[in-house]
Amino acid sequence: MSLRIPGYLGTFWELLSDHLVMALGASFLGLVVALPLGLVCVRWPRSYPPVLAISSVLYSIPSLAFFVLLIAFTGISRTTVILPLAVYALAGLIPNVVDGLRGIPDSVRQSAIAMGFSGPRRLLTVDLPIALPAVIAGLRVAVVANISMVSVGALIGMGAFGSLFTASVQLDRLDLALVGIAVIVVMALVADAVLVLVQWLVTPWLHRSAGAAR
Amino acid sequence: MITFDNVQKQYPDGTVAVDGLSLEVPTGTLTVLVGPSGCGKTTSLRMINRMVDPTAGRVLVNGEDVRSQDPQTLRRGIGYVIQHAGLFPHRTVVDNVATVPRLMGASRKQARATAMEVLHRVGLGDELARRYPAQLSGGQQQRVGVARALAADPPILLMDEPFSAVDPVVRKELQQELLRLQSVLAKTIVLVTHDIDEAITLGDRVAVLRPGGVLAQYATPEELLGDPADDFVAGFLGVDRGVRLLSFFSTAGLPLHTDRITSTGDMPIRDGDGRWMLVVDDGKRPVGWRDPHASDSSGTLVPAGRGFVPGKDTLRAALDAAVLSPCGFAVAVDEDGRALGVVSSEEVAAVVRREHRERTDSPVRKQL
Repeated sequence: MSLRIPGYLGTFWELLSDHLVMALGASFLGLVVALPLGLVCVRWPRSYPPVLAISSVLYSIPSLAFFVLLIAFTGISRTTVILPLAVYALAGLIPNVVDGLRGIPDSVRQSAIAMGFSGPRRLLTVDLPIALPAVIAGLRVAVVANISMVSVGALIGMGAFGSLFTASVQLDRLDLALVGIAVIVVMALVADAVLVLVQWLVTPWLHRSAGAAR
Repeated sequence: MITFDNVQKQYPDGTVAVDGLSLEVPTGTLTVLVGPSGCGKTTSLRMINRMVDPTAGRVLVNGEDVRSQDPQTLRRGIGYVIQHAGLFPHRTVVDNVATVPRLMGASRKQARATAMEVLHRVGLGDELARRYPAQLSGGQQQRVGVARALAADPPILLMDEPFSAVDPVVRKELQQELLRLQSVLAKTIVLVTHDIDEAITLGDRVAVLRPGGVLAQYATPEELLGDPADDFVAGFLGVDRGVRLLSFFSTAGLPLHTDRITSTGDMPIRDGDGRWMLVVDDGKRPVGWRDPHASDSSGTLVPAGRGFVPGKDTLRAALDAAVLSPCGFAVAVDEDGRALGVVSSEEVAAVVRREHRERTDSPVRKQL
């Protein structure tokens, strides 16, 4: 039994780059949209319940239906996969952004205002850094979910490693499905580990709490 | 000088937080705003740096209406210390302290150098500078909070319940530290607290506010204790304001008696004709009181306890020493702990009466 990926699906490296571009692109796009939405929800708390409700409703739309609807606008392209996955990511990212920003102690916020920070500077240098751990926690879930979800794109011919599962059925080659599963699981684990490392590097104040004073 | 000119703050829901507040905070003095929760003390404080704008009246800093100034520029020139310190958890101590100099355009290097100087001034060493706030004790965090507020050397310092989140021992320490700093720096400080003891300890002047944001009395601590404006102020000062007022009376005029002092070297020990005698050692340091009624005449001694230093300690300390003494006599000692004499609680009381009489007759005293 050969583990060769059928030539018409592309090489391993082409599939890998396709898969990562779609999964990470969707996660990044979701983050870029979730940050301002989360800020709006914190600034105007009344907007939070409707925003949360809408993102939950969007999350409930089956991905296949989403892909098919989008083909009319974006064709058979990476974009057609990226957009729905970015929308799904919102459902997890927005609450994390909101929780992260709400977790900033009031005394910290008040003292930043009292020291004469401008709004944007406070957001960039105080609020967002303190909210970072919660945001990254949300991003980890989104990235892992998206790496798995990209494979559904195989049903419209844009599944990267997901195409191994359809090929597995068509060619009656179980080994292709097993390879697909293994590669996706490894990708998810590696991506998650990278994010954990990034979080560790950008939040030194969280793991330097040992040796507290008197 | 900070001036509140008939200031009012009413919120959209109709709640009045501050009502007709007029008071002046002289330059270089520490004024305390004190009162129960809901008396508008924090709201009033925040009007000075425009974190709250009044709905009527004006707040002036050196004669200039703060509302004519850009809030961010105004705030960078006014130090602010908050309860729980409000340090940035993601920045090291030195970078926290460097915040305002950085906002005002200093280079990172210059701001850090300034921050280190200020940290030293509030008694924090180099080894703490590289830590994050979570690695500090509550008291240290609060010190860093004070350092951060002082970093840009602002003429005005606003302190909102700065010491209420730390334990009583550390709070006393921080209060003394603030008084020490203030004696050197002479900032114009407005401090908010709900703790009347803290107000009396720290304030050159104390403004007592009542619920609804109305000024009940604005006076020196001594005037406040001796002559509260009304029942609310008297009640807020508590049941022992008379005793606390003694903190402002000097012990310099107390009569000291040496005839009750006997030395362990005296042979035979003077028996004092059945009176309590203070036994001192060769260095004149008090050893203890000899009880004339004790069956054992060779005498186990009752500990003499803490004495007071005449002219340095207050009449409150002297009375306290007399009350705690087994025989009603307080022991006066010099700075090195050598006994100077003893004074009875009756004599302390006589001095209190005399002081009161002098104060009542004094023309300086404000007439009501």
